[in-house]
Amino acid sequence: MINVKYFAYLREHLGLSEESIAWENQLATVADLKSLLSQRDAIWRKTLGDTSLQVAVNQAMAFEHSPIVDGDEIAFFPPVTGG
Amino acid sequence: MIDIRIQHEDFDNQDCFDALRENSNTGAIVSFTGLVREFDEGCGTGLLIEHYPEMTEQALRNIADQACQRWSILNIVIIHRIGSLSINDQIVYVGISSEHRKDAFSSCEFIMDYLKNDAPFWKKALNKQGDYWVEAKESDQLAKARWQK
Repeated sequence: MINVKYFAYLREHLGLSEESIAWENQLATVADLKSLLSQRDAIWRKTLGDTSLQVAVNQAMAFEHSPIVDGDEIAFFPPVTGG
Repeated sequence: MIDIRIQHEDFDNQDCFDALRENSNTGAIVSFTGLVREFDEGCGTGLLIEHYPEMTEQALRNIADQACQRWSILNIVIIHRIGSLSINDQIVYVGISSEHRKDAFSSCEFIMDYLKNDAPFWKKALNKQGDYWVEAKESDQLAKARWQK
């Protein structure tokens, strides 16, 4: 299983802060995961299609091509606004 | 010493200063405090600060480590508040002690510029006419890029 988290306006738009998803070989990268989630409906497609979105894998900043393996935690969030 | 705290409660700047001072080699102490300023012409009432708990401290530690690699630093204190804040409240503190002032001035600014881009916090503006998520600013990205030349 992989754990997926959503923060800030993503959480509000998607109505979900966290979920567990069964991991398969086809979910090799962050891009693959985004693709899978975008198939759910138009809101998911639109929200995850925002090009400004950032992603972390196992609490480290990552990219579209970053690999994912079973047991990983992936977080999607808007550009950060701390400080 | 690198002291990083993420907390709801307010912090005392004098306590932070005293902690930074605890080294007889200290010749310079520089700090930055970020506050919630008035916004939206008085219609803004405060901020809600969200964060990614498992990532935030590590992200701030990475930034502090980078500062230690670039400058000669004795102590660092970084505090970032989360949760509900009102106008005039303190949000963030970055304090540095070093032997010489250049290291303290530069590293303090560096840490703030990197924090603005790399630390997983998000601010929601609370406004009498409707709350909204604050957007990241290009000027913050440019501020970080400046250190990468």
